Amino acid sequence: MLRFLFQRLFLQAIPTLLVLATLSFLLVRLAPGSPFASEKELPEQTLEALNRAYGLDRPLPEQYLRYMGNVLKGDLGPSLTKPGRTVTELIGSALPVSLQLGVLALGYALIVGILLGILAAVNPNRFGDHVSMGVALIGICIPGFVLGPLLALVFGLNLEWLPVMGWESPVHWVLPVISLGSIYAAYIARLARGGMMEELSKDYIRTARAKGLSETRVVFGHALRGGIQPVISFLGPAAAGLLTGAFVVEVIFQIPGLGRVIVNAALNRDQFLVLGCVLLFGALMVVFNTLVDVLLALLNPRIRLEAKEKT
Amino acid sequence: MNSGGHSLGTDAWRRLWKNKAATAGLFLITFMLAACIFGPMISPYSHEEMDLLSAHQSPSASFWFGTDELGRDLLTRTLVGGRISFAVAFASTAVSLLIGVTYGGISGYLGGKTDAWMMRIVDVLYALPFTLLVILLITVFERSLVLLFVAIGAVEWLTMARIVRGQILSLRQQEFIEACQVLGYSHARILFRHLLPNVLGTVIIYVTLTIPSIMLLEAFLSFLGLGVQPPMSSWGSLIKDGVGAMEDFPWLMLVPGGALFLTLLALNFLGDGLRDALDPRRGGEG
Repeated sequence: MLRFLFQRLFLQAIPTLLVLATLSFLLVRLAPGSPFASEKELPEQTLEALNRAYGLDRPLPEQYLRYMGNVLKGDLGPSLTKPGRTVTELIGSALPVSLQLGVLALGYALIVGILLGILAAVNPNRFGDHVSMGVALIGICIPGFVLGPLLALVFGLNLEWLPVMGWESPVHWVLPVISLGSIYAAYIARLARGGMMEELSKDYIRTARAKGLSETRVVFGHALRGGIQPVISFLGPAAAGLLTGAFVVEVIFQIPGLGRVIVNAALNRDQFLVLGCVLLFGALMVVFNTLVDVLLALLNPRIRLEAKEKT
Repeated sequence: MNSGGHSLGTDAWRRLWKNKAATAGLFLITFMLAACIFGPMISPYSHEEMDLLSAHQSPSASFWFGTDELGRDLLTRTLVGGRISFAVAFASTAVSLLIGVTYGGISGYLGGKTDAWMMRIVDVLYALPFTLLVILLITVFERSLVLLFVAIGAVEWLTMARIVRGQILSLRQQEFIEACQVLGYSHARILFRHLLPNVLGTVIIYVTLTIPSIMLLEAFLSFLGLGVQPPMSSWGSLIKDGVGAMEDFPWLMLVPGGALFLTLLALNFLGDGLRDALDPRRGGEG
């Protein structure tokens, strides 16, 4: 297991982060035009002074090394549009809210998705299957930026059951979490159905049934472990989608999270701030993908053995 | 093709026709496309001309889906916005197709070390947060429609490359490729004339999956104000405008949202149907 983790970390995680950091840094620094030139014409001297103040007048390799060094120390540079604030500060204050939203939405998507998938898999081509797959199909076709406003309209503004903005208390969480998580619940339901159907058709399940185990034990005690593997593999892409999907949900429900920070930074062309967010998201994704791989290896011993054989 | 035989293509068509959901999807998509292309031409209203006297009208006989805050007919605006949404989806898919098929084809055809390295690069790129890279591209360059095509296409080619590479890898072992090599054909000729046509079915299936995901990405970016810029509008930016006035005039959000929903639904039906039709081995599950 340790060797597996080691391999994942050094062969995949670290190169990925390095590529991401280099690529995005070069993209930002080599793009035509100064980051300060966007709004109004500034006098030559002011521009030079600004460039010097932010260290942008140095040769590129030096800038690159210095930026990477600072990143390792946790310093993501200054914000170009919010004077006096550092990127680390801006991100740090918004990150907890976004993480909370993301984790809640992922949990919701997993529970709803897996239950729908199981419901479909144990009733193949019958009523339960058609209903849950119908729901999943509709879910896949309603993106968060349509579902969010729709829910806000019905449950917030018309029925007045739930608040439609802010993040103060659990009642505020309901609508954003559903808006964000539903599309992934739908994907997960489809994957869980496929995985469970395959697992339920295997010999050991027939044995379990022949032994007279209850259907609940067969499904939840035996088949689930193998059947949710496609779902676990999907967790990496799902987490990436949730992170970015949160942008629109945070904008719609006015939640003070990272999504709003990055969208405003992009609109204002605040390069260091966008760069910092990209690096942070990249790191989060790499960590998450590594966790998913470990989880898969725990669920499926074959993957562990393969890693052993390779070395 | 002769004496009662069927080509693979005819067979696939027949299977597709038998699938009711897929046929419905195909009709709906054709209808949406035709409506977006020709609708604005026959509409009595212009999509940009303002008429403040008829601002914020509810749906009625003269304005089927009502009007927006500047008195512009929402139906016409939605159809014109659909043109942009479809255009971005098709153009970006074409870009991703071009890069993905070429890259995957070359990687699979060459095999060995080159292939291993080319796929290693894809693996690393795969782990990057793409939507953010698109946002980064949009941040550093001027926001324009062409950039949107290229940025989306440039990040959406990876899966295509993987799929094509896998197929080519198994195809190139077969005898007809050996025959081509014996005949002394150039590598390019073998790859583009003999290998790639054989992966067409798989590519078509994947394209029907790529188009909706690109439409979603475009709508997502436009919703955030990072995609299509005014005065142009797409479904994403119309939804965004609609959300602002949702409390009093819900149809402004519901109409473009509904159009996007129906299109995605149709594309999903069609994609599932095509997958079953072009890949009979998979059967009807999934």
